[in-house]
Amino acid sequence: MVVANKYEMVCGLEVHVELQTKTKIFCSCTTEFGGEQNTHVCPVCLGMPGALPVLNREVVNYAIKAGLALNCEIAEFSKFDRKNYFYPDLSKNYQTSQFDLPICGKGGLEIEVDGEKKWIGITRAHMEEDAGKLVHSGDTITTSNESSVDYNRAGVPLLEIVSEPDMRSIPEVLAYLEKLVQILEYTEVSDCRLEQGSVRFDINVSLRPMGATTLGTRTETKNLNSFSSVRRCMEYEVARQARVLDAGEKVVQETRTWDEGQGVTLTLRSKEEAHDYRYFPEPDLAPLVIDREWVERIRKTLPELPEARRARLQALGLSAYDAGVITQAKALSDFFDAALSSYGDAKTLANWVMGDVTRLLNTNQCSVVDSPISATQLAELLGLIDKGTISGKIAKSVLEDMYSTGKDAGVIVKEKGLAQISDEGALIGIIDDVISANPQSVEDFRAGKDRAIGFLVGQIMKATKGQANPGLVNKLLKEKLS
Amino acid sequence: MESVSIGKSVSELHELLVHKDISSAELTKAYIDRIQAVDPDLQAYLTVLEDEAMAQAAEVDQKIAQGEALKPLEGIPMALKDNMCTEGIRTSCASKMLENFVPPYNATVTNRLRAAGTILLGKLNMDEFAMGSSTENSYFTKTRNPWNLECVPGGSSGGSAVAVAGDEAAFTLGSDTGGSIRQPAAFCGVVGMKPTYGAVSRLGLIAFASSLDQIGPFTKTVRDNALVMNAIAGYDALDSTSVPYETPDYTKFLVNDIKGLKIGIPREYFGEGIDPDVAKGIKAGIQTLIDLGAEVAECSLPHTEYAIPAYYLIATAEASSNLARYDGVRYGYRADSNDVLGMFKKTRAEGFGQEVKRRIMLGTYALSSGYYDAYYLKAQKVRTLIKQDFDKAFEKFDVLLSPTAPTPAFKFGEKSADPLAMYLSDITTVPINLAGIPAISIPAGFVNGLPIGMQLMGKAFGEGALYRVAYTFEQNTNYHSLKPNLSGEVLTCGSR
Repeated sequence: MVVANKYEMVCGLEVHVELQTKTKIFCSCTTEFGGEQNTHVCPVCLGMPGALPVLNREVVNYAIKAGLALNCEIAEFSKFDRKNYFYPDLSKNYQTSQFDLPICGKGGLEIEVDGEKKWIGITRAHMEEDAGKLVHSGDTITTSNESSVDYNRAGVPLLEIVSEPDMRSIPEVLAYLEKLVQILEYTEVSDCRLEQGSVRFDINVSLRPMGATTLGTRTETKNLNSFSSVRRCMEYEVARQARVLDAGEKVVQETRTWDEGQGVTLTLRSKEEAHDYRYFPEPDLAPLVIDREWVERIRKTLPELPEARRARLQALGLSAYDAGVITQAKALSDFFDAALSSYGDAKTLANWVMGDVTRLLNTNQCSVVDSPISATQLAELLGLIDKGTISGKIAKSVLEDMYSTGKDAGVIVKEKGLAQISDEGALIGIIDDVISANPQSVEDFRAGKDRAIGFLVGQIMKATKGQANPGLVNKLLKEKLS
Repeated sequence: MESVSIGKSVSELHELLVHKDISSAELTKAYIDRIQAVDPDLQAYLTVLEDEAMAQAAEVDQKIAQGEALKPLEGIPMALKDNMCTEGIRTSCASKMLENFVPPYNATVTNRLRAAGTILLGKLNMDEFAMGSSTENSYFTKTRNPWNLECVPGGSSGGSAVAVAGDEAAFTLGSDTGGSIRQPAAFCGVVGMKPTYGAVSRLGLIAFASSLDQIGPFTKTVRDNALVMNAIAGYDALDSTSVPYETPDYTKFLVNDIKGLKIGIPREYFGEGIDPDVAKGIKAGIQTLIDLGAEVAECSLPHTEYAIPAYYLIATAEASSNLARYDGVRYGYRADSNDVLGMFKKTRAEGFGQEVKRRIMLGTYALSSGYYDAYYLKAQKVRTLIKQDFDKAFEKFDVLLSPTAPTPAFKFGEKSADPLAMYLSDITTVPINLAGIPAISIPAGFVNGLPIGMQLMGKAFGEGALYRVAYTFEQNTNYHSLKPNLSGEVLTCGSR
């Protein structure tokens, strides 16, 4: 990205993802979101005197799985460290994290922006515990008379994924984040509920003169939790840094915070005020040794990742665009695949999934997972069209009924008598009636006006409430008129 | 009947209970009376749990009445250092910070001793957060040495040592980070074991220095010590540093025979700073062991001189982090302030004592950016060298032997003004914690009427060899059976 015609943007990201294990990283408390304040707690996550952590193996499994999906090296030897700083939401006033020997080493993922593919490197990913949450009586800690702390979130496992400073534009950043979240969702290591704060982003960004090879001074803006905030925040911060540089001043290396309301970034602390975290190895936990067998065991549980799915759907005849839409979210892609297992025409299926099904779900603000129409039910409906039992048009209304009643397509067709009339004997009479009632059209057709047949078909369909088999009607009508 | 029971060993008391010569309630009451009589002088207890103890004793008596077999520690009154969590019972760490802290859960040792059927008499005084060598750093009171009330009992488990020496409990537990079991055991003339790191669960032990802390028993006899270890040692899945090791029956090592056993005498432990009379006493003990058939030779642990600085860097670094949680937010002391940072600062300034603050500052400094490599990392390297010293020595010897402490108990105030002198007195004990190996202190004589201790050091999980040597020494000497002359004891205990 060229900023103000003379600067190149350089960006790297730290992404904190809550891993969706059932229990916390160092105790057996539930990780469930919400709950009455301080009810999902125990001596361990409250940092009571004498409490000791025990590593939840499932967290390690998830971290390995995410690491493999992100093409990272999985360390054979890794350890935990204490990151020391005082804050009321941190029950021990240190965070158990990983410092110099993280579980996941170098990796990366491919993004695509405007048809251009690009590899974004991942430096590392490490496990750590989440902190609790401050609840202020006012807007912020400084303007509140009173603050309370909710430790329900304290000890929820996080994976912090650190990228290389490989991104050069805001679209690249957004593409990276979307791809990252997509992979994490597909591997089911996180539910990626951004609105619940289960994914949080720190943005490191700097500018440098076009053509320069050394990096400019960066700022780090912490704790964003939506793609739109990331975009707005970056637009602001990049413009701010450009103004600073344009004025001949230097960008100050500092930690900033994003003010969503004002749409600005603000100084949180300068380099001089930066915390000295006094990292040292966590003496309450043994180092983590991960043998290769363990890694291979996890590798076998990896699902087909979005890229592979997209390729498979394209091979089935879907366009790149359609395959991309279907595989964007795992839930929709899973729904599609489930339907595909009992309905073979991928192209038709894709049209229905992307069209009527998605429209119905959107209208009702329903997620695919909660869809009242199951994938097999959809497959049955499409099968009825292929068999000629109902027309495509009738199928659309059957789909709506299926949505509201949850009933199978076959049941609805039967109950409502919607089956197509494919009985020649039954149709002949109706066709004769229509012919005799519309002599002008008959004449027009015979005079060579092909369009006139459309009118006649329409009349027949109307007479059969749309249930007449359109192909059969066409055939019989033409025979009668010839 | 109570009066004759007080002062007996755990195994003797067990026999009395089994033969119904005494009930657990009578025994417990005798200890409560004893505490009331002598503790005003000794100040070993911070909390006495008379009602709870009597209720527990009644349960045991009911079992006896029903003819159930008694486990070795069942019905035996004991007490815990006040840094081991007891559910519903204040656990103060002898600190203003936790003056009113009542834990919602039990330490693993608390649970194990309860399961063993012991009676909890109360919680014992200590140096605040186990930081000290004299128990003078307690926020609450100074515990006195039963052998000379003007002398310190040692520390940090001073209360635990005194309660056993003063017959205020049949046995007690202490914790040892750099000598906190062995040194007070030596000063008070009792048996004190620091087990191998990872042998006894630390869950519920309020941490001082996580990689060094270890819980162990104070007892009158070596047999008692082995019995208590049987109850408390063993793997605990809830302590990640606990070792999945099949614990032996420690009493099977109690044989009066050390013929051919190889004992090494590290010359560095008899160097500068060791009181000549203490050295003389220990050398007499060595002669006893030689007479009993042990093969004794001098050896060297060349990195010993670096143990003190390494220890005080590692221990304080870990402590600075472990004690960060005391901020007034969730539990414990909270100072009033208008803002969060102010509350943190004031709470910690007012809630911690001087020695604790000194160590937090030392540890914070050692971990600071720019100093980490020079201090903490280097100390860890020294730790490895010290461990290697021991590994090498144990290629040749079954057990190593030294004085437990350079001097007998000192007077109150004698060293508290000079922290460095106090730290240096740990020279014979801290290397053992750095190496993670077990060591026991047993009574080995007297200097100026004050007990001295002999320290035996073993390989990791080699507690058995230590018990064997200690038991043999005990069976052939009478130091363990000598008792301090306490005023007040006549009231409750006519058995002297």
